Amino acid sequence: MFNYNLKLSLKSMRRNPIMTGLMVAAIAVGIGISMTTLTVYYMMNGNPIPEKSDVLFAVTLDNWNPIRPFDDDRPERAPHQVTFHDAERLLAIGKGKRQTAMFESSLIIEPIDDEGLPFEAGARVTSADFFVMFNVPFIYGSGWDKSADAAAEPMVVLTKGLNERLFGGEDSVGNWLTMQGTRFLVTGVIDTWEPTPRFFDPINGGFQEINEMFIPYSLTRVLELTSAGSDWGWKSEEINSFEEWLNSEAVWVQYFVELESTRERDDYLVHLDAYVEEQKRLGRFERPLNNNIYDVMEWMDYHEVVANDAKILLGLSFLFLVVCLLSTIALMLTKFVGKKSEISLRRALGASRKVIFNQQIVEVAVIGFSGGLIGLSLAALGLQGIEYLYDAPAGLVKLDWVMMFTAIGIAIVSSMIAGLYPAWRVCQIPPAAQLKTQ
Amino acid sequence: MLSMHNIAKVYRTESIETHALREFSLFVDEGEFVSVTGPSGSGKTTFLNIAGLLEESTVGIYELDGRDVSSLNDRDRSRLRNEKIGFIFQSFNLIPDLNLFENVDVPLRYRRLSSGDRKQRVERALESVGLASRMKHLPEQLSGGQQQRVAIARALVGEPRLLLADEPTGNLDSAMADQVMKFLEQIHADGTTIVMVTHDPDLANRAERNIHLIDGRVSGEELVHSQEEVSQTVGFNGDQPLAAKI
Ligand SMILES: Nc1ncnc2c1ncn2[C@@H]1O[C@H](COP(=O)(O)OP(=O)(O)OP(=O)(O)O)[C@@H](O)[C@H]1O
Ligand SMILES: [Mg+2]
Repeated sequence: MFNYNLKLSLKSMRRNPIMTGLMVAAIAVGIGISMTTLTVYYMMNGNPIPEKSDVLFAVTLDNWNPIRPFDDDRPERAPHQVTFHDAERLLAIGKGKRQTAMFESSLIIEPIDDEGLPFEAGARVTSADFFVMFNVPFIYGSGWDKSADAAAEPMVVLTKGLNERLFGGEDSVGNWLTMQGTRFLVTGVIDTWEPTPRFFDPINGGFQEINEMFIPYSLTRVLELTSAGSDWGWKSEEINSFEEWLNSEAVWVQYFVELESTRERDDYLVHLDAYVEEQKRLGRFERPLNNNIYDVMEWMDYHEVVANDAKILLGLSFLFLVVCLLSTIALMLTKFVGKKSEISLRRALGASRKVIFNQQIVEVAVIGFSGGLIGLSLAALGLQGIEYLYDAPAGLVKLDWVMMFTAIGIAIVSSMIAGLYPAWRVCQIPPAAQLKTQ
Repeated sequence: MLSMHNIAKVYRTESIETHALREFSLFVDEGEFVSVTGPSGSGKTTFLNIAGLLEESTVGIYELDGRDVSSLNDRDRSRLRNEKIGFIFQSFNLIPDLNLFENVDVPLRYRRLSSGDRKQRVERALESVGLASRMKHLPEQLSGGQQQRVAIARALVGEPRLLLADEPTGNLDSAMADQVMKFLEQIHADGTTIVMVTHDPDLANRAERNIHLIDGRVSGEELVHSQEEVSQTVGFNGDQPLAAKI
């Protein structure tokens, strides 16, 4: 029966191509737009590192102004970055299974051969554990050793893109790069790595391309590297040297720790408290103890990575889908008039109401399926448009299998819901209408 | 086969009530060929609709094949229509974008039959009306008489026990009408009960019994032919069991 109904649907759709086209188009537009926003929402809401998101923690310490919290709206919150020297100390103590401190900077790369020109590249200044903690994939080589952190050795890990630009994509491990007058040894090249959202740095943007290279945190002091990301301060301190800046109360470093068990977590918080107590004795940390760790998803929530706009947009686009479906219903009801004689004939020849109802529902499902397919292509276009508008890295927002099945599913289900009333109307056509209209 | 007792049918609209049938009683025996005549608006189609389970009577008792059908639900009524009753309409009512095969196939689609079985039945039905060679044609490619023959094939394909025809020759010229009549007579000879509404007294007289309606009531009834005579007109050789007498 299903096959027969399918065949009848196609015939019925062909009988009135313009009407069919309009119905399919209405659904396609509705699906296209709602899937575009849903994909963006879904991507924003996604877990960027599902295999480790509950063992990686962002660390916050409250070194803020004793008379005013960091965030007036959320007075319970400590600053979401830490000072350079707190990060340096915590790294040195190394209480977690792994830990890393980081900030964004940028450096000028000198040409490798005579022809090239120097250019500026973004760098994430971080420590050795970064790569292992965050499961960073490598094409060539690896990150640097902890000993390089300790000795502040100039080493660099390149992204695939930067390695392409500098070394034509060859294995560049063991080559040298000159930046700020210092020769850096290339220890590794990472593969395409696009955690979305960029969970380790939502502060400087959850949906940005990752930095073009990575260099050891301990070089900050040696090369006097400054942060290209955001920094916050509350204390008026007299700063006359780079060293004084590094020792200031300004917060501009992000700190992450990997902790595997609840017990490790509890221990770590005790350790943080002990550290802060020690600092209090030195006259710092004048606010009450307020040390926190947030796992990856908590950290995403903390920073409201999913903007409210995205939620509103999602709601609006689904309203739009409803409007499209309402016009589909109107079209179906119009088409209904033309169906009367065939349906009443089929009723006379033995089709029950239920059989006719099923026939109509299959027909709207076919229309929904077609609308869904076209809607998907519209969504793909829409997503490209969004990438272009927001200057997002190519491929950041894309339809995956889940979204494709969701789109088709939503299209079929919603058009079937839209088809319920028209189908009910159709199956109410009395079988006798046939004989009386002569 | 068909027994109606004190049937009434009232159509109500906001302003008027039409009594299409009143105190209508009729008994049609298994294997009978009955013609129904009467002025326009006398209730012929209404009677046929009720007989064919296309409409329900307002009051009265209707038994089809010994079974009271007034309390059946839509599904059972549809099944009875599909299995026991064949319809032929004045304006053929073929589905324009289905070919002849597909048109005749429609009633069989509402039964559980294998596709091979369906194919065989449809081909046999089209053969019996002499249109097997045009199976793939669309209705519009046929003459009116041929279209009505397709409609007859469609009515017969499910092997109904009761054939209801509402002015089956109303849209045809006399030669074509005669041809259609011959088919009906053949079908009757094969044992099918037929009730046919017509305006044409000559055609009405080719049935075994004629019922005349006026104002929704049976006003007169006359035996036209004996069964033997009807059988002879189509060369029936008498070796098949005849239906019960009137
Ligand atoms: N659906 C309906 N609603 C209201 N009145 C109806 C309806 N169907 C039939 N009638 C009325 O019932 C009466 C009988 O109609 P019916 O169609 O049975 O007549 P008929 O004998 O078949 O006429 P004709 O020879 O013109 O086909 C008529 O007065 C008609 O107007
Ligand atoms: Mg009539």
